[in-house]
Amino acid sequence: MAKGNIGIVAWQELSFGQTEEDALLLDCGRKFGPVTLRYETYGTLNALKNNAILILHALSGDAHVAGFHSEKDRKPGWWHEMVGPGQPFDTDKYFIVCSNIIGGCSGSTGPGSINPATGQSYNMDFPVITIADMVRAQKRLMEHLGIKRWLALGGGSMGGMQALEWAVSFPDCVAGVLAIATTSRLSPQGIAFNWVGREAIMSDPLWQNGDYDDPQPEKGLSIARMLGHITYLSDESMYRKFGRRLQASDKYTFDFSRDFAVESYLQYQGTQFVERFDANSYLYITRAMDYFDLSAKYGGDLAKAFTEVKAKFLVVSFSSDWLFPPYHSRDMVKALLQNRIDVTYCDVQSSYGHDAFLLEVETLGRLITDYLANLYAEVSK
Amino acid sequence: MIARLRQELSRRPDLLLIADIIPSSVKMLDLGCGNGALLKLLRAEKSVQGIGVALEQSKILECAANGVPVIHGDLNEGLRDFSDISFDYIVLSQTIQAVKRPDHLLSEMVRVGSQVVISFINIGYWEARFQLAFGGRMPVTKTLPDQWFNTENIHLATIRDFRELCARREIRILRELPVAPASNFLAKLHPNLFASTCVFVITRD
Repeated sequence: MAKGNIGIVAWQELSFGQTEEDALLLDCGRKFGPVTLRYETYGTLNALKNNAILILHALSGDAHVAGFHSEKDRKPGWWHEMVGPGQPFDTDKYFIVCSNIIGGCSGSTGPGSINPATGQSYNMDFPVITIADMVRAQKRLMEHLGIKRWLALGGGSMGGMQALEWAVSFPDCVAGVLAIATTSRLSPQGIAFNWVGREAIMSDPLWQNGDYDDPQPEKGLSIARMLGHITYLSDESMYRKFGRRLQASDKYTFDFSRDFAVESYLQYQGTQFVERFDANSYLYITRAMDYFDLSAKYGGDLAKAFTEVKAKFLVVSFSSDWLFPPYHSRDMVKALLQNRIDVTYCDVQSSYGHDAFLLEVETLGRLITDYLANLYAEVSK
Repeated sequence: MIARLRQELSRRPDLLLIADIIPSSVKMLDLGCGNGALLKLLRAEKSVQGIGVALEQSKILECAANGVPVIHGDLNEGLRDFSDISFDYIVLSQTIQAVKRPDHLLSEMVRVGSQVVISFINIGYWEARFQLAFGGRMPVTKTLPDQWFNTENIHLATIRDFRELCARREIRILRELPVAPASNFLAKLHPNLFASTCVFVITRD
């Protein structure tokens, strides 16, 4: 196998919660089941079972982190450059797991899944879930895989939120945390953008209080995505990528169709997104992000939230990220230091904005490679 | 491995001196830790629980490669990420002259650490004095290799100056270890004239 390319991969599924006792107790108080989790694994779990790493995806990601699903598949997984033989998440060394979150629309149970009680899809009857609920479901997957402790777990953005939640909720199950372009609580600005995105979906006449069939509220969802996409870029990256370039001609049209390259790009992103994403899932997942605040149970004192944490941390922010700005990471680092937790923090110089966690492959790759190598050496001692 | 790490540090005698001063198993913060070599040595040799602070991204990457925990930060912003007396030892090697307000950083260090170990470039060193007195120009020496216009060393001082600042800030000097390239005898006799650098161990009075 060529370095870096994991090749053809297949997803798997775990189902649980068919009975009342086995159901997932959610933050909202509801006992929920059955639950299906879709996941992919890469590499081999060693005999000591101490080389397992869980990768957690962001809002629009899924379990397919690397490789291809078939020979004809042209699009690799979302972190393809990071996961594979000889890559930072080295599949020759580590056993990599990536699970799709509950509430999503890529194979795990979400609002679009069939409610066995009614035979219809849940839609708005799906419970409002939280980041902690996503993690509870992943904990079941961990037990199913026979893993006692993750060597490391982590991800960017909402993936980082799940990683933090893991370290706080299950301190004995986590040796290392990679918290990348993330926050311990979503900012009011982030909540505001999520609100507008949801409003766009819910005011689309096709939304039908969530009971849409086909087509889904495509207009609303694509507006939400376009708005989201703006927050993932930066002023500088937009200048670099588009400038004030016009898309089709060198003259203004003097109407309101797409003139600028940036408009065209956003529209493309919006149209692509509705092909693969479900509007109701977008509502549920953004809500879960809104509710995320690790310090909420501790009177706003983040340091108190980390008192039981046993993991070592790698915290990475990106200088131009204004959605999850570097100072959020600094606050996290400060709270970790107050608890005498081993932490490495890097604010990577980048013009890519929040999206940098997917694009700054080289710098991030080096940090992750070395961090994991040292961690693995320590736990193998 | 330890011998190799010591070999790596031998270009900087002040760092080896600091490595000898730091006791075993303490919690230590290395400000301006470079590639993390000192911390790596002390973690291996003395089971020191150490963490570094570095300004440049490239240094963060080097520390990560050395397996040394490190925080990306600017010493000019103080030590606001660190709470009072959260470390047994703080190390600052040949850096105090490069920060915007050495006096502020000094106060911050004795706030955060029980003891602070500083290695200090002495502009009162005879060679520097000689160049200024007889050449009539800002000194350029082995420890101060840059020109006045491109040096990062914006707050140069003598050993006497440093002692005075400590007194003014109610900081007690516990130890003073002059380092000389040639004669340690002379450096001990008259550090302000014959020590090119000096390692101080200080604490809040």
